[in-house]
Amino acid sequence: MSILQFHNVSYFKDEKYILKDITLNIEKGDFVSIIGPSGSGKSTFLKLCCHLISPTSGSIKYLQKDLMDCDPAELRKNIGYCFQTPHLFGEHVMDNLSFPYLIRDLATDKNRINLLFSEFHMDMDLITNEVKNLSGGEKQRIALIRTLLIAPEILLLDEVTSSLDSSNTDIVENAVNSLNKAGITVIWVTHNLEQSRKFANKIITIEAGRLKSVDITGREA
Amino acid sequence: MNTGSTMNITSLLFASSLVFVSLIFSYSQKLKLEKEIVISIIRAVIQLVAVGYLLNYIFGLKNILFTTLLLLFMTFNASYNAAKRGKDIKNGLLISFASIASGTMITLLILVASGSIKYEPYQIIPVSGMIISNSMVALGLCYKQLGSNFKNRRDEVETKLALGAEIKTASVGIIRDSIKTGMLPTIDSAKTLGIVALPGMMTGLILAGTSPVVAVKFQIMVTFMMLSTTSISSFMACYLAYRNFFNERKQLK
Ligand SMILES: Nc1ncnc2c1ncn2[C@@H]1O[C@H](COP(=O)(O)OP(=O)(O)OP(=O)(O)O)[C@@H](O)[C@H]1O
Ligand SMILES: [Mg+2]
Repeated sequence: MSILQFHNVSYFKDEKYILKDITLNIEKGDFVSIIGPSGSGKSTFLKLCCHLISPTSGSIKYLQKDLMDCDPAELRKNIGYCFQTPHLFGEHVMDNLSFPYLIRDLATDKNRINLLFSEFHMDMDLITNEVKNLSGGEKQRIALIRTLLIAPEILLLDEVTSSLDSSNTDIVENAVNSLNKAGITVIWVTHNLEQSRKFANKIITIEAGRLKSVDITGREA
Repeated sequence: MNTGSTMNITSLLFASSLVFVSLIFSYSQKLKLEKEIVISIIRAVIQLVAVGYLLNYIFGLKNILFTTLLLLFMTFNASYNAAKRGKDIKNGLLISFASIASGTMITLLILVASGSIKYEPYQIIPVSGMIISNSMVALGLCYKQLGSNFKNRRDEVETKLALGAEIKTASVGIIRDSIKTGMLPTIDSAKTLGIVALPGMMTGLILAGTSPVVAVKFQIMVTFMMLSTTSISSFMACYLAYRNFFNERKQLK
């Protein structure tokens, strides 16, 4: 079943097309890698998926429903998005971890936080740290955990391992892979060809705002 | 100096020689401000004389409707000026008007109900003038801060939106910071009242012959009402204006 359908989607900004005529289907449970040169429109593609921007023409459907007909806030609760440069808000790490619960009127689930911290090999002591004292890699993983506290349907990742060393990259890759095995659709933007091949069942190449190719790798999703 | 409430024209003319001091300064230091100084002095004199006669007339009328109309006119002018500080805020004029009017109304209501002042032009108009212009400055600061916050803290807002927050939740930090920015000057000046400067109103009363003790009582009242009006109007304006930075799809513009 299609979870995201792009139909002739273009995004026009400042007198130019950043994305043009993208038509593509993402199935539930897919592990999609998006590759393409810098400035080709990969991050813009993810922003469209999460409805942080709307297409200037064409349509995007989430579970057969046009994004323009969904409540944006409710939609985004189902679509987790980790930015290329993670932003942690507030003063403490905890402010970030309680936020997903806060906006759903839920009590913060300490066990869930614990579980994800151990999954990403992070020290629990970090949660009382001030945001400004974290390393780039720690920020990136906290941002990931923040997105995963309440499991989304679709996980959008924008070069989330670019500031991690190889052992931490492995940790993140394996965690994301097991989320995908558990049924979460993953769309992962990466510059690293090897990384794109590792887990993906679909590899999408974007060049200069156009969909260049969709390769099915033969891996099962 | 003249004592009490009279000052004759001759002394005023003598006092005007002070203007020459600044003119000489400007000329000798090549500040090129002579023209501006002369224009500003002439404007100040004309405006103040006109206002003096106008107020004299209005105070004589003692007409409630007229007083109220004048208040609305003052509020409108203040809103217009405040809205200029928030060019990217659509409905800035309307938002400012609603906020300043509410703040002023609530404060005046309390003051009149408590018997602190009477709803008569000679009391209501100067008092409102002070609180309205104070709110105007506060709103200008609020708008400026909202604008720069939404520009500088874009990542924070988009991160929160992406997590599924409503636009209000995503903006609350920015809104609060902007309200604070609008209120701080009023709070700061309340803190230093009487230490750094005697406020204009109190100075005026004392010059006109009122005993400092009575003048102080009025100043305390004025300080209270400035605090309450600025907080009410800054609060309202920021909560009404933040939506302007989003579109109807809950996306940052
Ligand atoms: N809000 C915007 N306004 C104007 N131009 C934009 C905007 N966002 C992105 N662009 C432009 O669109 C193009 C694609 O940007 P995008 O961030 O999607 O690229 P990318 O593929 O993610 O690049 P990278 O690999 O470097 O992250 C770039 O040329 C960028 O300058
Ligand atoms: Mg990018």
